[in-house]
Amino acid sequence: MYVAVKGGERAIENAHAWLAEERRGDTSVAELSTAQIREQLSLAVNRVMAEGSLFDADLAALAIKQSRGDLIEAIFLIRAYRTTLPRFGASRPVETGQMACDRRISATFKDAPGGQVLGPTFDYTHRLLDFKLAAEGEVTPTEQGTPREDVTPHITEFLQGEDIIQREPESDAVPGDLTREPMEFPANRALRLQSLTRGDEGFILGMAYSTQRGYARNHAFVGELRIGKVAVEMDIPELGFAIEIGELELTECETVNQFQGSKTEPPQFTRGYGLVFGQSERKSIAMALVDRALRWEELGEDNLGAAAQDEEFVLSHSDNIQATGFLEHIKLPHYVDFQSELELVRKLRREVEERTTAHQEAAE
Amino acid sequence: MTEYNFAYLDEQTKRMIRRAILKGLAVPGYQVPFASREMPMPYGWGTGGVQVSAATLTPDDTFKVIDQGADDTTNAVSIRKFFENTAGVAVTEETEKATLIQTRHRIPEAELTEDQILVYQVPIPEPLRFLEPRETETRKMHSLEEYGLMHVKLYEDISQHGDIATAYAYPVMVQDRYVMDPSPIPKFDNPKLEMSAIQLFGAGREQRIYAVPPHTKVVSLDFEDFPFVASKANHPCDLCGAEDSYLDEVILDDAGNRMFVCSDTDFCRSRRAAGHVGRLGTEDAA
Repeated sequence: MYVAVKGGERAIENAHAWLAEERRGDTSVAELSTAQIREQLSLAVNRVMAEGSLFDADLAALAIKQSRGDLIEAIFLIRAYRTTLPRFGASRPVETGQMACDRRISATFKDAPGGQVLGPTFDYTHRLLDFKLAAEGEVTPTEQGTPREDVTPHITEFLQGEDIIQREPESDAVPGDLTREPMEFPANRALRLQSLTRGDEGFILGMAYSTQRGYARNHAFVGELRIGKVAVEMDIPELGFAIEIGELELTECETVNQFQGSKTEPPQFTRGYGLVFGQSERKSIAMALVDRALRWEELGEDNLGAAAQDEEFVLSHSDNIQATGFLEHIKLPHYVDFQSELELVRKLRREVEERTTAHQEAAE
Repeated sequence: MTEYNFAYLDEQTKRMIRRAILKGLAVPGYQVPFASREMPMPYGWGTGGVQVSAATLTPDDTFKVIDQGADDTTNAVSIRKFFENTAGVAVTEETEKATLIQTRHRIPEAELTEDQILVYQVPIPEPLRFLEPRETETRKMHSLEEYGLMHVKLYEDISQHGDIATAYAYPVMVQDRYVMDPSPIPKFDNPKLEMSAIQLFGAGREQRIYAVPPHTKVVSLDFEDFPFVASKANHPCDLCGAEDSYLDEVILDDAGNRMFVCSDTDFCRSRRAAGHVGRLGTEDAA
């Protein structure tokens, strides 16, 4: 009886076996391959890569399969794997201005050099369930244009030419790394951006949305949103020059924000920045809005007391692996602490009862 | 699991953690920031303790894990297995035989010795957190030794409830300098914090390590006219008859009958083996 209330090794093993069966589901249905997940659930794969901070579509697909489609669980698997990897070095900064864009839009200009390229977007689809897809999902190949040879310049460069948008300070300083150093506040912008790009999509979205609804509103326009591939280059000391070691798919969002000037800055446009692995549009726009909200201090704006302006609040709560771990740990046994609370509440009740009785007796 | 280093973490990470531990031992009760890693178990499930254990374990160690005082609770089983697999160290349930003990929510009843290390899993390392949510503020308060807020809280408890309404994670003053959260141990365990063994506290999610070296002065916060009292259920253990151990209350049936048993399962087992019998225990139960 007494032993039955405690867990044990066998219970854990059995739970794992059952979990494996549930993951597989009905065995008369064909098993899902990781290649299928990688190719056909690519936006889920992208999210796992972005929040797992590891650009590897095959591993992300494996994590999704193993986690039964629970993306936070998949992100956790990737993070736990990532942290064991040795570090050979750091790449050069990727040049998003050189991106081979699949999609590139600007909301601030009707047209711009490089054009408006919709790319593979849900934006103008009507959200009607496509029942045909339930039977078969083969697509007929569409006509292909010739890819642009020229580089696609950033929209903000045009504004910068007019000197009407805030210039970002240039620096060659090595940015901090939040996976290698404990986070300390105040954090600098590089660390904030690192934290935001791996932060939970839902959390960042909610924070960004709150700024749009008036909690530290910052009047954001999507100056530019671009999705595409960039080359990753690394300096090889033995060679004395940089070589291309791979390619990343990135989504980059630059917002242009109205700004009427402050005690320290003249009226001009300001920026928010979002950069996320894979095709992760919602996340990168949200990231840019939150980044902009967090820059109130350097721009000399007022702290309006909004959650999205509060660096410590945002950065301490954006990581879904930390959040879900701590949230779910309350499933673990807490009976020792509960017992001490129980004793305390009983004692406090006893004391109240004694006082009440004493009162009554005194009154009589 | 040969694809991982001894005790899972790579040596650079262990070195970083050991530095934090040494700093913690040098400044008792001070929370040392460290670059906590993602572990293969969730944050909040002992990742801090696991990282401290991983950095402290040697192949000659004998490892014991308890959760709620028990060796057979699910998470204790899981963590013990993790180190059996990744470090291949000997494990034990006997407190006396262990050289490294990782614990959640309890201090073992048996007195620990100089040859032992006790590693605590810590959820929220900051004793001032629920009085001041900002880390930037609480760090300042510690550096200025500004603990008035905590005393006001304890005072308000007494004035409102007639008692200090903290039953676990009861704050302590370490070596007359830092107010420290002893992790969510019941306050019954607080007097044991002055011990011969090294005590290390790991908070993974919050990226903090702190320590209490052997024989360090650890005082539970109280007032002269309202001294600290370590409390427990006012019963003997129903299995081993111990009068001085922390007890779990186990509900036996729908009629609300209960029994009280030692939360420290090894302590209870060894007492029964030595022939002690409680109200519901039997001679052969051991």
